[in-house]
Amino acid sequence: MTDTSMSSGSYPPGQHPDFPPPKNLVGPMAWIRENLFGSVTDTILTLLAIYILYLIIPNMLEWAVIDAVVDAASRQECREISESGACWALITAQFTKSIYAFYPPDERWRPNLAFILMFVALGPILFDKFPARSKMFFFSIAYPFIAGWLLVGGIGLESVETTQFGGVLLTIVIGVVGIAFSLPIGILLALGRASKLPAMRTLCTVFIEFIRGVPLITLLFVASTMLNYFLPPGTQFDLLLRVLIMVTLFASGYVAEVIRGGLQSMPKGQYEAADAMGLNYWQSMRLIILPQALKVSIPGIVNTFIGLYKDTTLVIIIGLFDVLGIMKSSLSDPEWNGLAAEAYIYTAVFFFISCFAMSRYSIYLENKLHTGHKR
Amino acid sequence: MATIETSSGSSQNALLRAWNNKESRGVIVQIVTMALVFGLGAYLVRNAVVNLDALGKGISFDFLSDTASYDIGFSPFIEFTSRDSHFRAGLVGLLNTLLVAVCGVILATVVGFIVGVLRLSKNLLMNRISYCYVELIRNVPVLLWILLVHGFIISNLPQPRDFRGVEGVENSIFFLTNRGFYVPSPEFQPLAWAAAIAFIIGVVGAIVYAKRAKKIQEDTGKISPVLLVSIGLVIGLPIVVFIVTGLPWEWSYPELKGFNFQGGAALKPEFLALWLALSLYTSSFIAEIVRAGIQAVSHGQTEAAHALGLRNNRTLQLVVIPQALRVIIPPLTSQYLNLTKNSSLAIAVGYYDLVATLGGITMNQTGREMECMSIVLLIYLVISLLISAFMNWYNQRIKLVER
Repeated sequence: MTDTSMSSGSYPPGQHPDFPPPKNLVGPMAWIRENLFGSVTDTILTLLAIYILYLIIPNMLEWAVIDAVVDAASRQECREISESGACWALITAQFTKSIYAFYPPDERWRPNLAFILMFVALGPILFDKFPARSKMFFFSIAYPFIAGWLLVGGIGLESVETTQFGGVLLTIVIGVVGIAFSLPIGILLALGRASKLPAMRTLCTVFIEFIRGVPLITLLFVASTMLNYFLPPGTQFDLLLRVLIMVTLFASGYVAEVIRGGLQSMPKGQYEAADAMGLNYWQSMRLIILPQALKVSIPGIVNTFIGLYKDTTLVIIIGLFDVLGIMKSSLSDPEWNGLAAEAYIYTAVFFFISCFAMSRYSIYLENKLHTGHKR
Repeated sequence: MATIETSSGSSQNALLRAWNNKESRGVIVQIVTMALVFGLGAYLVRNAVVNLDALGKGISFDFLSDTASYDIGFSPFIEFTSRDSHFRAGLVGLLNTLLVAVCGVILATVVGFIVGVLRLSKNLLMNRISYCYVELIRNVPVLLWILLVHGFIISNLPQPRDFRGVEGVENSIFFLTNRGFYVPSPEFQPLAWAAAIAFIIGVVGAIVYAKRAKKIQEDTGKISPVLLVSIGLVIGLPIVVFIVTGLPWEWSYPELKGFNFQGGAALKPEFLALWLALSLYTSSFIAEIVRAGIQAVSHGQTEAAHALGLRNNRTLQLVVIPQALRVIIPPLTSQYLNLTKNSSLAIAVGYYDLVATLGGITMNQTGREMECMSIVLLIYLVISLLISAFMNWYNQRIKLVER
């Protein structure tokens, strides 16, 4: 103490050097004390957290990594190699099937090509620094039709029945079609619901409320069992196409509600200004209102799309085999019986990666579009 | 020139004028749209009539009173045997849907609020854990969760017969097996209704007390111990009555007999899987809603409350929570609605809900797709309209009164 007072006294005024902060306020120990053991509640929470991690991590590691078997011909063989570990051999054996399912092996370059082209088509939509963006947009608009031609065949390609679609391929087909078509339909529905024309408004409101009021699974049941009654006698209608229509309509109801929220958040002055410019209804919507309303509702729209993508799994209940369906059916194979945890965890990882990527993109977009007023 | 034009094309011009007028154009557009929609509707109905005629089926709901002749494995509220009618089967399904929905809502709310609050905790470790929980759960389809939990219960938990001869099995009262979760169940004697009535009185009393306490607080600023009194009334009173009436209660314990447990109550794997998966899935969304709601209350509010001399818990109770709830409740109700609708996935694990009974087995047995699906759709619509009616009423009630 005397030492410090002496040394501080020996500097001329204004020449006092900056001393480092006290030792107990910096470094990892101080950080831990500050962030993990700041108060009694904090300490309890930290100990609880450590206990939870202790319960989960070692057991999971042991099961999924250390004791796991990657290469084996059947569950029996897995169990002979390791009694308690995960049997990832199931995934090794079913991997190709979980992606292409029943698609003819010789034609698999077509879904591969469609998949790669999907990123080319998505690029200009997702990122505004994409080269030749305005020209590439035309490709993006044409993409669903190109991909449809590649997958189904016809004109110049060997045609593939839609009943042969399955696995990841089917999941992505339903997801992409649903997303691509539900946005424009949703915008129209939202405009209809916000419209001043009473008949339009009633029609769109009834449709949206109906769609949002019933579970998707009942709509899929309607598509798979009842739809034929409403078509001219003798019409055969592809099951996948019916499912695609239902999923699209279902998602568009939700998209419409999100966009309606965006429309409602527009100040009245925007509408009045558009009117004052002499723009007609469609012009003012296209040039003034929608660009702003869509910007506000982007996070909600992306959330709806993530929901739609996850909901594609419901098609297994009406007998289509998406990636979940393929893995579920592989469990009834006597060779692999009883490996539910492995099969479903693999599927969960697939969905987690795609959905997490989408939600990250939505956060990126939100930040990019957040012009002004951010604290 | 102008006169010639108006005289020659007067009818055409009238149409053009109508089209150029904003109001009359709106009317024309609406008439055309309605005509198209009704035309399409009539076309579909005509097709349906023709198709049903060709099959020799009219629309008729008589099948509802026919014998169902299938068994329902899970019917906790009303008795059901295969000799009962399809109507009763549908009723059992509806009750099962409501049961799993109510249980799910309770668990999801509790877990969701805890995780949501932990997500805001300054404790870095807890914060990260709850973040991982939310992201991990909500980025995976709910159907996959249901199947995963069900698959785990069925294939990874021990069978009941594995408990035979295990050390200390006589002393344990909980059994987690692949045939369900066995717990002791209370068997009430006749006097137990007294405790039930005491419980209802306790709930009513707590509500009345809370209202009075609020009024007193608004008038005089005096704060009453609402929480303690409520707990005493809702939990304490029934217990006291229960003890006074001489514990009219016996436990029934699960015991291993043959290949399965007898006695006690069993939470079946189907119910367990559906309930846990739905609640966990919904809880991750609720956690985010709670977090957003609390964050929506600006920090200035807390500071102002502190400046007024309110302590931390009073600040939370009187300033932060009421404002956060205003933001939380509307999306929360729509999550409850989602949970109810998602419970229709029960069919994937063989839980007998509305879609599995009326929209599944009954429909397949009777071939009455039209009638069954319309009843199912109608019931879900009614449930969701009721919930949104509640939400609108609530929004109206809590709306900020602006000048």
